Amino acid sequence: MELLFALVIGALTTSGVYLLLRARTFPVIMGLTLLSYGVNLFLFASGRLATGQQPVIGTAASYSDPLPQALVLTAIVIGFAMTAFLVVLSLRNLADNENDHVDGRREAATPPSKLEQEVSDK
Amino acid sequence: MSLPLVVLLPFLGAIAAPLFAQGGRTAIAIASSVPALIALAALFPHWSVLSAGGTVLHTYEWLPTLGLSFSFRLDGLALLFALLILVIGLLVIIYSHYYLSAKENVAKFYSLLLCFKGSMLGIVLSGNLLLMLIFWELTSLTSFLLISFWTHKQDARRGARMALTITGGGGLALLAGILIIGNIVGSFELDDVLAAGDQIKAHAMYPVALTLVLLGAFTKSAQFPFHFWLPHAMQAPTPISAYLHSATMVKAGIFLMARLYPALAGTEQWFYMVSFTGMATLLLGAYIAMFKHDLKGLLAYSTVSHLGLITLLLGMGTQLAAVAAIFHVINHATFKASLFMAAGIIDHETGTRDMRRINGLWRYMPHTATLAMVAASSMAGVPLLNGFLSKEMFFAESLQLNLPGLWAWVPPIVATLAGIFAVAYSARFVHDVFFNGKPVDLPKFPPHEPPRYMKFPVEILVFACIMVGVFPTISVGPLLYSAASATLGGEVPDYQLAILHGFNLPLLMSFLAFFGGLLMYTQRQRFFDFHAQLREVDGKAVFEYAVSKIEDMAHTFTGWLENGSLQRYAMLLVVSVIAVAIMPLVESGFYIGENGLSPVDWPTGIAAGVLIVSALATALWHRERFYALVLLSVVGLIVALAFARFSAPDLAMTQLSVEVVTIVLLMLALYYMPSWTPMESSKGRRIRDLLIALAAGTGMTLITLAMLTQPFSSISEFFLENSKPGGGGTNVVNVILVDFRGFDTLGEITVLAIAALGIYAMLKNTALTPPPGDGLGHAWTRDHYPLMLRQIARPMLPLALMVSAYIFLRGHNLPGGGFIAGLITSVALILQYIASGMVWTEDRIPFRYHIVIGLGLLFATIAGAGSLAFGYPFLTSSFGYITWPVVGKFEVASALVFDLGVYLAVIGATLLALVSIGRLSPHSAIKSKMEGA
Repeated sequence: MELLFALVIGALTTSGVYLLLRARTFPVIMGLTLLSYGVNLFLFASGRLATGQQPVIGTAASYSDPLPQALVLTAIVIGFAMTAFLVVLSLRNLADNENDHVDGRREAATPPSKLEQEVSDK
Repeated sequence: MSLPLVVLLPFLGAIAAPLFAQGGRTAIAIASSVPALIALAALFPHWSVLSAGGTVLHTYEWLPTLGLSFSFRLDGLALLFALLILVIGLLVIIYSHYYLSAKENVAKFYSLLLCFKGSMLGIVLSGNLLLMLIFWELTSLTSFLLISFWTHKQDARRGARMALTITGGGGLALLAGILIIGNIVGSFELDDVLAAGDQIKAHAMYPVALTLVLLGAFTKSAQFPFHFWLPHAMQAPTPISAYLHSATMVKAGIFLMARLYPALAGTEQWFYMVSFTGMATLLLGAYIAMFKHDLKGLLAYSTVSHLGLITLLLGMGTQLAAVAAIFHVINHATFKASLFMAAGIIDHETGTRDMRRINGLWRYMPHTATLAMVAASSMAGVPLLNGFLSKEMFFAESLQLNLPGLWAWVPPIVATLAGIFAVAYSARFVHDVFFNGKPVDLPKFPPHEPPRYMKFPVEILVFACIMVGVFPTISVGPLLYSAASATLGGEVPDYQLAILHGFNLPLLMSFLAFFGGLLMYTQRQRFFDFHAQLREVDGKAVFEYAVSKIEDMAHTFTGWLENGSLQRYAMLLVVSVIAVAIMPLVESGFYIGENGLSPVDWPTGIAAGVLIVSALATALWHRERFYALVLLSVVGLIVALAFARFSAPDLAMTQLSVEVVTIVLLMLALYYMPSWTPMESSKGRRIRDLLIALAAGTGMTLITLAMLTQPFSSISEFFLENSKPGGGGTNVVNVILVDFRGFDTLGEITVLAIAALGIYAMLKNTALTPPPGDGLGHAWTRDHYPLMLRQIARPMLPLALMVSAYIFLRGHNLPGGGFIAGLITSVALILQYIASGMVWTEDRIPFRYHIVIGLGLLFATIAGAGSLAFGYPFLTSSFGYITWPVVGKFEVASALVFDLGVYLAVIGATLLALVSIGRLSPHSAIKSKMEGA
């Protein structure tokens, strides 16, 4: 189980970092979202993996660690705030620079996609 | 109390003085004098203790763990310097009153002057080395502001910058030196350090500490090769020069060497470093002073030379030399301050300081001329003046050095040579300015005597020169003895302050210097011609060159590192993290701890597999943004399941609702954004990024594995035990959020609120037109608000609100709470926006989300502050039980109010963010499109 969990975090990190290094805002936001899933799971796992031991007094014989859970709960909400802020930053970038390049360059207009090209060719 | 007061008073005065600027220049000058007068009165009562060889110590704790304390210590040496600072400071204030013209910013002038005075007093009265260093840096900063007082002059700004760079750099070295000393001694208290001299000198780090401390002292006291900043600091107004460069700033380095004399002096290293630096400075300063045509330039180099003399005396290491050094500090301060003031008067009355133009002033200002001539004679070392006495002692000491062979001749020859130069430049000061024909082309003609009381400070100082010169024992005897005793750690050698010690070698050297100097002055044209042939190394040019080189390097480096590409920064960040983590990771490798692995059940295995595949596929297909987003939502859902699977129901519910909101948010963003990511990176770059990503992923896998298989202990026992009895709830996660760690939660909802308001602000005046279609040639759907969705969404709202109320209320005892309830309510409301549109929904929501956020924060804060009213710390929760109909026995905790705040803040923030984005495209545009279609 532990190995599986570690692999999940590894996969999230790999995809997250790869997307984080892309040149357009939308993939970067998706990358950060993936990374924060990974980070949240990692923090959560610092209380170890337990089954059927939810930290509600009186519902189980022993309880999983509630502290990382409380930390991760707020981290999820703050993570959402951060994502929203980034999305808006990128929208503002789109409005001001007329493209969605992360470096905020004016000249880097988005070329039409292949499909768009096909459509316009027709 | 009186010692800290002495240091504090000038700073208070600096704040108060500008208030008097309205009252006119006299009012502010008087107001600025008050702190010094009170300080003098406060120091006076301590004299009885000091004259008996004691010290006064006032200590207040500040940061005991760092060894830093507000410790103020007064002994003879500190008193001597404090008196110089205070008395000359007072005279400078009187002088400035006449010197500054009506249009100068007097408030700034006196304020800075007082700040500087306070910092200087801080240095000399500190009983703790770290505290002293703080004041040391303060003098660097305030002197920077004073030197650049005339900010419109480029030379003043450059001179100030140079002074700050050199003395500030020295300050850093001094900090390092002091830290080493503190480390050796185990304390930064001056008493401990002075008592531990032998321990310091025997320590292996002594040479390093000594070098660093001396670097600080040498830069501050303008010793060769750092001397060049001082002449350029002459761009300051003359009262500042008189104060900073005679009695205070440049003497700080001397003070430091005298202060740490018992702790550091007496070794061969001290001897060679200090005395040779002093000798070089003495000779160089005296030589250059000869050739300066600028009156203040001459005085500046003469100051450099005299500082070298004092340094040399301290370096000699004999007790008598140290006494002579202290004596010369007093004498130099008096005659040099009066000379600077006289130079200022001449500048003031003639409009120039060029000695080739100001000649023959004797005829126009005989009173000033007399004063300046007496002071200059003291500088030259003419008998019956104070400069003569300390110079005699210096000559005598230069003969006492036990250097091997021919080297023994070096100090006396250097001393005599410097004496010759000193006489020559003093003669030049007197003869060129007051005699030597008629003035040449003066900007102000004819010059006349300055206002009566502008000369008053000069008179006082000149009077002191004569008094000390004629009656040394009566005038400075006790003070000098006390200061020398403090410098030498209690042992004072036998010395005599007599006008003449009989006809001996030192007297012969004085004669040689005197007549040699006069001869040199009469033959000055030859020396000028000779000097003109030499290529002078311009310290300023070298400095400016070095500064611009460093700037260029910094620019190049910054330009290389910060090329404005966020993509690159992100890469550098990730790579640095990997670089930091790589060593321990490689060491541990594939590590499984003591706990080993537990078996995998197949549903979990399948879910994990789907998650991994979806995550990788998101990255793989990220160019097709919509598909990638769908895959991303799969990942988020499985993460929620994972939380449920591993005993975290609260997290699962939070993740699920946040996931919904996030995906709606990203969909909304995608409405405006291109639906396609172009292929921009080269293949090499993609491979590089992939490798970085793989390295990061592998690292995280290994770390997680190592962590998960490790046994651990947690502080959570406390929360589990006290949740019910202390917090009144059985859902420990919620109790932690709203009670144990309520303060954190308050901070977090504040961040949430700020993010939402930031989003609102960022989009307020932004207009974004969505593209006409989805990028694949498909137009947006004509049915903006599908009937089915509308019909389902509307009855969902009351149901969802009920569920969220239930989740909210039970949160303290069962999974739920403000965060989750808030998110559920948000989702329900967002659904209405999606189904029925902006206008329809807004019409039916009678409040603005800003208010909701504000109310949320207000509730949370009130709930926290409520406990203050009952005498408990902030955010202490209390609870009781009431019986409700239907629900039954129900617990009411004050934490519930707090959770209500959380609930409201979450709703407000989430909706404000999403609605702001939704409002980006004007609704009218959508409407018209609808109608057009």
